[in-house]
Amino acid sequence: MASSKVLSVSELSKQYGATLAVNGISFDVARNEIVGLLGPNGAGKTTTINMILGVLEPTSGTIQIRGIDLAKRRAHALQHTNFAAVYAPLPGNLTVRENLRIFGLIYGVTPLDARIEALLAEFDLDRFRHTKCGVLSSGEQTRVALAKAMLNSPELLLLDEPTASLDPSVALEIRDKIRQFASRGRTGVLWTSHNMYEVQDVCHRVLFLSHGKILLEGDPKTLPREHGKQSLEELFITIAREPLGLTQS
Amino acid sequence: MQLNRAYAIFLRQLYLLRGSPARILPLFGWVAIDIVLWGFITRYLNSVARSGFNFVPAILGAVLLWDFFSRVMQGVTTTFFEDVWSRNFLNIFATPLTIWEYLLGLVLSSIFTSSFGLVVMLVLATLGFGLSFFVYGAMLIPFLALLFAFGIALGIVASALVLRLGPAAEWFVWPIPALISPFAGVFYPLSVLPVWMQTISRVLPPSYVFENMRKIVAGGSASPAALALGAGLVILYIAAACWFFASVYRRAVRTGLIARYSAESVS
Repeated sequence: MASSKVLSVSELSKQYGATLAVNGISFDVARNEIVGLLGPNGAGKTTTINMILGVLEPTSGTIQIRGIDLAKRRAHALQHTNFAAVYAPLPGNLTVRENLRIFGLIYGVTPLDARIEALLAEFDLDRFRHTKCGVLSSGEQTRVALAKAMLNSPELLLLDEPTASLDPSVALEIRDKIRQFASRGRTGVLWTSHNMYEVQDVCHRVLFLSHGKILLEGDPKTLPREHGKQSLEELFITIAREPLGLTQS
Repeated sequence: MQLNRAYAIFLRQLYLLRGSPARILPLFGWVAIDIVLWGFITRYLNSVARSGFNFVPAILGAVLLWDFFSRVMQGVTTTFFEDVWSRNFLNIFATPLTIWEYLLGLVLSSIFTSSFGLVVMLVLATLGFGLSFFVYGAMLIPFLALLFAFGIALGIVASALVLRLGPAAEWFVWPIPALISPFAGVFYPLSVLPVWMQTISRVLPPSYVFENMRKIVAGGSASPAALALGAGLVILYIAAACWFFASVYRRAVRTGLIARYSAESVS
């Protein structure tokens, strides 16, 4: 029987010279669970995601994807992972279909053509199949990035501010698609966002990161009240401005 | 190693070439100009030389082989640069793709693009200036193989340098063949070089190709031992180049350079 944990992070740290960007964090993501990784700029969210993606080596700690140690069996672990990030658009000099085909081959997706067609339809990209990604609008590029992120039906999906450049209507659509994707398959999602409304709407659980440490963890709907705050946004601002005050309260 | 992943890197290059005259033209444009220019120079030299020596296989043949080597090296580096130019490192390396599959993809792309240039050069040199490759006989195959392998090794080293030093280091890469050519004895025997230059020449596999090419043109025969030494050296260089690229990549993953490559942070 497959483990319920799709991601296990244990005592993960990353040090750049004298700066401890991530400081011994541990957390899990279960299948069908959407976990929000929140925190102010520089809290260590993207560093954490980069380590899980295997493009940044941790100073210490372990990362297991589906029980596979990323440090020891990188290719095998990443076979079942994918990501979309606002700062990592797909090459603009290739068409939507070309990009999906190339990444589909890298992930070993079969049958690839059928999968591409299904994603083009699902993300309403059919009319852009022969359009170069560089000329698409931000919203369209985000949809292409998400289609690429779902090419291999990943069991671990990492989303770094996936709706950052979208208008509220498109963002709502994208959230619904990701929610559907997470609920119907075996996928766990780790999601970073600065939009607290979105986090409250989508995430089952949130981790608040500050100065590389997890300060709080819980249900985004009840967590603010538990800490005497009106909303998740108020809690976020408190953590960003006075993290020590919160941990002592 | 999964070949479909290496094929993806090659396919990406095909897609880019298909829709881009700016990428297709350099595959044969500069080498065609070189062949035409040196074709006329050798024709002129043949007309003024009293010895009756045929400069076409000695000079034009050397130009063709050297341009082939340059195209092989640039075939590797330009495929790598596509990821630099499109800021694609995060997308490409946050996948199951291994370094060896990536390097194989660069090599496959180079085989395709350099073959394209080679065919154009062969047609021009043969039809335009009467260069016959029968002059070199079966030795043409080891000549091309040695130059190809050395081009691959240098292309991998050059890519590693750009990965290590950042996108602006691209400008170190283009002059590499020109820097090597005086030591490789492309147009003259190594004996005309000062001793210190000859010492460097002896560790450059192309020098064995051009020395032996001149021997054949002069009516002698190639030295299998010398070519075997060149082959041994080139195998060593390919292994060293792969090790160097892997080391630079591992360092880039350790320092976070892969994830923020465009920042050009050399630390």
